[in-house]
Formats: sequence, C-alpha cells, structure tokens
Amino acid sequence: MQTALFIEQILNGLQLGVMLFLMAAGLTLIFGVMGLINLAHGSLYMVGAFACAAVAGATGSFWLGLAASLAAAAAAGALVEILVIRRLYERDHLDQVLATFALILILSEGTRWLFGSFPLYLDIPPLLQGTVPIPGGSRYQLYRLAIIGVGVAVAVGLFLLISRTRLGMRIRAGESDREMIGALGVDIRTLYTVVFALGAALAGLAGAMVGALQSVQVGMGEPVLILAFVVIVIGGIGSIKGALVGALLVGLTDTMGRFLLPQLFGVFMDPSRAGLVGGAVASMLIYIVMAVILAVRPQGLFAAKG
Amino acid sequence: MKKVIAAGLAALAMSVSGAAFAEPVKVGMITTLSGGGAGLGIDARDGFMLALKNAGDAASEIEVVTEDDGQKPELAVQIADKMIQSDQVDILTGIIWSNLAMAVVPSAVAQGKFYLSVNAGPSPLAGSQCNENYFNVAYQNDNFHEAMGQYANQDYKKTFILAPNYPAGTDALTGFKRFYKGELTGEVYTQLGQTDYAAEIAQIRASGADSVFMFLPGGMGIAFTKQYAQSGVDIPLMGPGFSFSQDVLGAIGDAALGVKNSGSWAKDLDNEANAKFVETFQAEYGRLPSVYAAQAYDTANLIVAAAGKASVKDADAFRAALKEADFDSVRGKFSFNTNNHPIQDIYVREVIKEGDVLTNKIVSTAFTDHKDAYAAECSLQ
Repeated sequence: MQTALFIEQILNGLQLGVMLFLMAAGLTLIFGVMGLINLAHGSLYMVGAFACAAVAGATGSFWLGLAASLAAAAAAGALVEILVIRRLYERDHLDQVLATFALILILSEGTRWLFGSFPLYLDIPPLLQGTVPIPGGSRYQLYRLAIIGVGVAVAVGLFLLISRTRLGMRIRAGESDREMIGALGVDIRTLYTVVFALGAALAGLAGAMVGALQSVQVGMGEPVLILAFVVIVIGGIGSIKGALVGALLVGLTDTMGRFLLPQLFGVFMDPSRAGLVGGAVASMLIYIVMAVILAVRPQGLFAAKG
Repeated sequence: MKKVIAAGLAALAMSVSGAAFAEPVKVGMITTLSGGGAGLGIDARDGFMLALKNAGDAASEIEVVTEDDGQKPELAVQIADKMIQSDQVDILTGIIWSNLAMAVVPSAVAQGKFYLSVNAGPSPLAGSQCNENYFNVAYQNDNFHEAMGQYANQDYKKTFILAPNYPAGTDALTGFKRFYKGELTGEVYTQLGQTDYAAEIAQIRASGADSVFMFLPGGMGIAFTKQYAQSGVDIPLMGPGFSFSQDVLGAIGDAALGVKNSGSWAKDLDNEANAKFVETFQAEYGRLPSVYAAQAYDTANLIVAAAGKASVKDADAFRAALKEADFDSVRGKFSFNTNNHPIQDIYVREVIKEGDVLTNKIVSTAFTDHKDAYAAECSLQ
C-alpha cells in the first residue's frame, strides 16, 4: 500500500507541475521576449476558467468550454496588450508592476460584475471521469492523467514552435535583440501581440482545466501566479526549459513535502503537533528550495541570457 | 423656561409611546463584498437589509452605512475607525472572518460602541477577552465542529480530520475532538487558500479511515469536495455547515449530495419567522439564503427589538434590551449565555436536491440548548 501511495503522490506532483508549467511558460515567454513583468497573468487564468464554466454551463459541453477558454483568454490577452501593455515596454519594471496590478483589480471586478460573487460550477467531462489502475494496486484519476498529457503535449509543441518555425525564430530573435529585428523589417508590434496572446491562451487553458477540479471564482488566479513566479525564478527568467524543470520541481517538492513532512515530524512528536508543524514547514518548503537554488545559482537553473 | 417644559413634554411623550419615538440608531456594517470571500459578505448584507425592510416602520429610524473590507484586517480596522469617528455610528456589525473580528472588535468595544457579530466567533472573544458590549448572534467558532464530533460518535470509529492551518482551523479540529470519542487515523493541516488536495486525498485513501471530517470554508471546500468525489474514494464525508452552505453548494454540484453537515439553521426549520425569511429572501434576491444571511437577519431583528425598548444612547438600558434577545429568531429559540454568546440548538443537516437546486435538510439534532466551552473564562456574569 505504501508503494501505491508513493506512486500516486508522484503523479500528483507531476500533475501540479505541468499545470504550473502552463502558467509559467506564458509568463516567462512574455518576460523573455518583451522584458515585461505581467502580474495580470493570473487574471487571464481566471478569464479562461470563467469562459469555460460559462460556455460549458450554457451548452453542456466541456469541450466547447475548453475551446472558449482558449479563445477568450487569447482575446483578452491581445486586447490588454494593445490597450495597455504596449505603452509599458519602454518603461521600467516598477511602472509595469503598477499597471498590471491595476489590471488585476479591473479584470477581477469586471468578472464579478458579469458573473456575480458566487463561485461557478464546472465539472470534468464524462469522457474523463473515473479512475484507472496504477502500479502498486491503487487507482488514479483519469482526468489528472489527462492534464499531465496535455502539459507534456504543450511542452513539446512549444519546443517545436520555438525551435522549428518562423514565428519561433522571430521570438528567439526578439529575445536577443529587439531593435535589430525591428530594423530588419519584422513587424515587432504584431509579434508582441501574438506572443502575449499565446501566453494568455496557455494561462486560460490552465484555468479551464483546473477550474473543473477546483472552484471557479474571482481571485482564483493570484495564488497560482505566485507559484508561477517562484517557478520562473527557479528555472531562470525567460527560459522555457527552465520553466518546465522549475514547474516539475515545485510541483513535486510541494506535493511530497505535504505528504512526507508530517510523517517525518510524527516520528518524534504526537500526531496533532506533527500535523501542525509538518503542515507549516511543508507550506514553506518551495520557498526554502527557491532560496537555496538562488544562493547557488543566482540566475536560476537555466538563465536565458548570460 | 419654555425650552425646559418642551423638553419635559417631549420626554414624557417618548416614555409613553415608546417605539414610535425611538431615537435614530446608526449601524456601521463592515463586511466582505469583494474578493474570493465576497459571497459570504453579500449574503450577510442582504439578510440584514431584508430584516430591516420586513420590519417596516419599526426600523424606520435605523440607518445603515455599509463598507467593503476586502477580507483584509488592516482595511477593516481603518473602516471601523472612520465609522466610529466621522460617521458616529452606535453599533458595528457585519464582519465574516475571525481574524478581522479580532482586529476590530476589542478596540471598538473599548470605545464604548456595541459590536454584534453576524458570523465570526473566535474563542478569545467568548472567553478571556469577552466584553459587555460585544454580542455574538451567530455562534462560537467551535460549536458546529463540536456538533459533528458528537454526531460522528453514533456511526464512526476511525475518522480522518483536516482543516487549514490558521486559528479558525485549529479551533475547528479542537472543537471536533472535544466531543469525538473514536480514533483519529490522521490529522492534517493544509495551507490556507490551498486549492489542490490530491496529496491529502491520497493519504485519506491509504489511511483506512471509516469517515472524513473537514473544515474548509469558501473556495477551499468547493475544491476539496469536488476532487474528493472525482477521486473515487467512497469514505463518508462530513463537515460543518460552512463547507456545505447555500453559497457554495451550486459550485460543488452533485458531489455534495448526501453529505452530513452541522448548522444552527436550515431553510426547512419549521417556524413562522423562518418561513417568512426564506420566502421574502427568495422574492427579493432570486436565490436561496445561506446560514450567513440567516444570522445577519437575526442580528438586524435583534437591533430592531432592542431599539424599540431602549435608546441606544443609554448604553446600560440598550445593553439590557439586547441581552433579553426578545425577537423572533429564524432559528426558533435563541438566548444569550453569560458571555453574550448564543444558547441554541445545533442540527445535523444533509445535502439534498430539490428539483435542480442543491440545499440542506435537517436530519437530526446534535445538541439542544448548546453553550460554548469558553463562557467560564469570561468575567461577565
């Protein structure tokens, strides 16, 4: 039974990791290409979840909801880029933080105005309900396996997009030298809008998939945003590979910490105290890991620029 | 001389006709109207305002100023200061969260204002830090959990318990353990605001428990209950009413069906006040009320009743009038203990489906005339 529990927890860690990767990939891409710190990334995650819940609620189909979440988050991302973000590229990071923080407030209150203050309902699609057997004799939820699958597919897709396509070439060029690719005749404004919309769509996808597991409510994006920032700081800001490794590291550390630390403390404490202390240390664990990694490699694991 | 006679006549008129000439009462409502916890505050505000509307003329002299605390203690403190100093309110009310109540209540009552709690009931305010001007119309934090512990004794021997790692979470598990006599197969404290419970659910599956008790208010409970149902673990789940209140049931969906939870109120409680409350709430707002709305409705009715008996400017008389609790509670019977906290029945409820709507139905009574465990530590007599 202990082996089965262990395998199940590793899968849980991977699932949390790929979900964080979807968030962190967009965040790190936007930072890498445009040099922009986007605090409103969590709001795009929320937009995706609300779009999915609203469309799935109206049509009864989760899959239409999923498509709507991609479309809505990408559209919201593009709109925000054109209206607000575009004016911020030349300014320093403090201005960007201030403006994107304002966007969080605007998008949150806008969502409340549209959908009300009570959480929305979103369930996993019938096709992915149920559990499948895993090695060790236990069972694991099919939907969470599907999230891991989607995460891996997105990671591979992003890798191919960036290393093999013309758009990817421009993104890489934009990372290395903005002015130069502008001078070479690439429409940099459109490129930025496309990259921003792509990042937003990934956040929206994460929001929709997670919305079926959790609660779709205003403010759901901010806790995830903090974790996503931890991920890109660990992985190296601007690096997609770093985001993937960082996300899996954070996902596994957090899950295994929550699982193992109370048991560890339980060896020399009574269960009630061990639960309290273990739980408290587990919630700090990823930040401890981040601090250690930054002490050893201040640039993060895979810094994009030297 | 004329003035003195006029004043004398006015005073005479007032003492004769009572309520009709009641002095204006100004109520400051600080509650959560934005952010993730807004559903609870909005229900409380709506319940409160509905009671004043239903009271008609009796409430005509009651004025309410409402402000949003955003679930932030520092903001709640600022609003309270502003309401006391510039709005000059007589009574404060509305706070949902215990950490905000702890930040606001002690200083407000120290300045001679009344505070009536519509929800939060942290243990210090019931015990060592109780105050003659602080009345809790809802419950003491441990109460609903104690009721579930009592209920669990009937059917279960091995329970797995979990709550978030913050004061109300530890209070919850303490309350449960105070009455539960069986064995605990696990006691887990999760992070406040945590949204993914896969790791905890895996532990529950492996623990060999025959039941699970969880206190996870708001979005945390929605996430946990959905994930628990999706995981295929079929160990019976129970919790306090907060985790299965009307405000979150819609978002949890059918995963909540059949879950036992405890509460001081349910919409099927059979009394006249409650029937009127549920009917008018639905007519006014187009949704079913939650326990937060019910508690706030009672709070407003308590103020109306007390204002009809005494002037709020005469603190001693008004305090005595509050303490009598002479109003028709939607919970049926209601009275105050020595520490100004409720003596009330606590029920076990089950989540059922009425048509398309999920709601709660009372299935048994866990406690009759239940008092909290902290009254002895309170110096009030």
